[in-house]
Amino acid sequence: MTLLEIHEPGETPLPHAGEGSLAVGIDLGTTNSVVAIAREGKPAALHDESGKALVPSVVAYPAVGGILVGEEARLLGACEPKNVVASIKRLMGRGADDVHAVAGVLPYEIEPGSGQTDMVKLRIGGKARSPVEISAEILKALRERAEEALEKPVERAVITVPAYFDDAARTATRDAARVAGLEVLRLVNEPTAAALAYGLDKGAEGLYAVYDLGGGTFDFSLLRLEKGVFQVLATGGDTALGGDDFDRAIAERLLAERKGDGLDDRIDETAVKAALALARHMKEQLSDREQTSGRLEIAGKPSFHALTRAEFDAMITSAIGRTIDIAGHVLADAGMTATEIHGVVLVGGSTRVPLVRTKVAEMVGKPPLTDIDPDEVVALGAALQAEALTGGGDTLLLDVTPLSLGLETMGGIVEKIVPRNTPIPVQLAQDFTTYQDGQSAMAIHVVQGEREMVADCRSLARFELLGIPPMTAGAARIRVTFAVDADGLLTVSAEERTTGVAQRVEVKPSYGLSHEDMADMLYDSMDNAEADMALRLLTEARVEARRSLLALDAALTKDGTLLSTEERAAIDAVRASLEAAIEGESRDEINAAAEALETLSKPFAERRMDRGIREALSGLSVGELENRVGE
Amino acid sequence: MDHFARLGLPAALDIETAALDRAYFALQRQWHPDRFVAKPPEERARASVEAAALNDAYRTLKDPLSRAVYFAGIKGVELPGDGKTIDDPELLMEAMEAREELHEAASVDAVEALATKARDEARKAMAGLDGLFLANDKPAIRTALLRLRYLDKFAEEARARRMNIERSKA
Repeated sequence: MTLLEIHEPGETPLPHAGEGSLAVGIDLGTTNSVVAIAREGKPAALHDESGKALVPSVVAYPAVGGILVGEEARLLGACEPKNVVASIKRLMGRGADDVHAVAGVLPYEIEPGSGQTDMVKLRIGGKARSPVEISAEILKALRERAEEALEKPVERAVITVPAYFDDAARTATRDAARVAGLEVLRLVNEPTAAALAYGLDKGAEGLYAVYDLGGGTFDFSLLRLEKGVFQVLATGGDTALGGDDFDRAIAERLLAERKGDGLDDRIDETAVKAALALARHMKEQLSDREQTSGRLEIAGKPSFHALTRAEFDAMITSAIGRTIDIAGHVLADAGMTATEIHGVVLVGGSTRVPLVRTKVAEMVGKPPLTDIDPDEVVALGAALQAEALTGGGDTLLLDVTPLSLGLETMGGIVEKIVPRNTPIPVQLAQDFTTYQDGQSAMAIHVVQGEREMVADCRSLARFELLGIPPMTAGAARIRVTFAVDADGLLTVSAEERTTGVAQRVEVKPSYGLSHEDMADMLYDSMDNAEADMALRLLTEARVEARRSLLALDAALTKDGTLLSTEERAAIDAVRASLEAAIEGESRDEINAAAEALETLSKPFAERRMDRGIREALSGLSVGELENRVGE
Repeated sequence: MDHFARLGLPAALDIETAALDRAYFALQRQWHPDRFVAKPPEERARASVEAAALNDAYRTLKDPLSRAVYFAGIKGVELPGDGKTIDDPELLMEAMEAREELHEAASVDAVEALATKARDEARKAMAGLDGLFLANDKPAIRTALLRLRYLDKFAEEARARRMNIERSKA
């Protein structure tokens, strides 16, 4: 008989802590999730009793009985739609401001949080639940599956997130894991995890690309693989783009064919749903056939439809062309060309579409890598990283920031502090100064995005640096430091350098940026780069002109008596024309008026300087004067 | 410690990319936070600071232009902050004329021709830097770097312009 152990008081170890517990890799997906484990460099997805690795990312809160996750939850959706949640990942880290962005897209009642700082909640099964709670249910189910399959406790995990997940969404994912009783060893970007799975399994070296086309999103990342080092060079994406678009294109054709036959009086939501379901089926069929057909029944009226691969290809050519364009921009960001790519890893169910494979092969001049299941590859990579982090491997992941991080400066212009594709962890600082004499506080507004104007970027956090001692405009030295850790989480601090007044803030944004928003913002920036630049220059001219007006007014108040009435009148007239120019839209006019004002007020400035020197010197002894000169 | 010293490289305008990568990877293997997951918080914090400093050094030295600007800084040539107004009248004129040409370019080929010209100019200016550093001609170094920075920006604008033209045709 084994003796029971008794521990020293206060030293009782936590149940399952230590060697017995395993670390897994989790792909927490929008549509499906997968959990995997790696042992001695060999990763494997964990299956359920029926042999399936994919767990639908669906959670049900049934009227009767306990919470369900996965296939069972999805099945319940048909009879209790109000108690079932899918695609919760789209709401991770999103707040009240984002609600209207998703309202209508998701069939839930959304409750904005009680304040600006809260994440949205959903009314599901008669109770308000946060996306963190709901995601935690999925993670719990995955954890249970792993514990059953491995017959050991599982307490630590590497969880993957889209490369474009912002700070809020990453934080929310970490929180969900904590609720599920999992310690997050590291959040890893999905494309990086996919590359890891290929790199370690196949011993790949050189430049690799990851082409990830999911249901609603597209990501393209470039990595360099070298002796166990995975270095992300650049990443980009778009999410108005995915397999759902292909379904929509087919569904539109189906409904148009019915309309041609005069079958439907009007097309309602049920009709669209039915058409989409058949469209998805036909799309999948065309992955390994040249043609397919199907039957659609709406309001008791059946119709029969046929579709060839060639017809389908024609429908989706432009969407796929766009993914290739994006890949080109990511390559340009990294200063590389397509011919330098050794291999392209395909991720996401939509990469099963033959035309996708053809176009990707055309781009790089070689067939894409498809020998790892695109639905499992991300989880397998996460599992490998989990093993590496718990001491079992020698791999090193060097990842980057997907979007630029910056600050709002005068006139609503963004000053980028951490440019996109900067390797993390990173700490970068920049000095700023005050705009007005005696300014005692400075508003620090942290934004994320590629555009030049704050209004077009995403607001992450605001705080104020208070207690700046009175100084003339431009004399204070405020150093703002941005630190991004290895999980991609940001901390911002600000300090007045001459006096040491410091404020630190962890940017834990209450609501975040959706994957879609991020990609849109990025591509928006490219579309608008020219217009943005013009607006930036105009705004800078305005800020500069206002600054000189402020300085002039201060001088006039103090030393106005140095001017004759005529001189004063002349200055006032030019001053008025500068004010008018500031209101206008012409940068040249502003600059011309500002220059005219400067020329005109030059004698005034000189007289002020003379007076200043005289004042400074008056009443001082020769000795004091010598001391001053010596300083 | 300057960025060159941090990576164990001699401070120079030209460095071998492969040597830079080797040094960077080796040091990241030592300091990346992933290596410190199970370590006490103080050690983790230290690693994070080291890894961040390495990334800053690597990022600065990897790109030839930012490396040249940094190297010039060590040699006592200070440049105005990135993105600030150009203060050299000759360069200002060149930049304004080039922007105008870019704005008027209506085809991808026309934009590409301007971008190629800018790239050639940049290559020439870059090649000339070595001699300027040897002669320690600080004003000339400064002028050349400002011009390189402008040419770099111009390439970026040409890319945006090209995309806009492609978009409007699609």
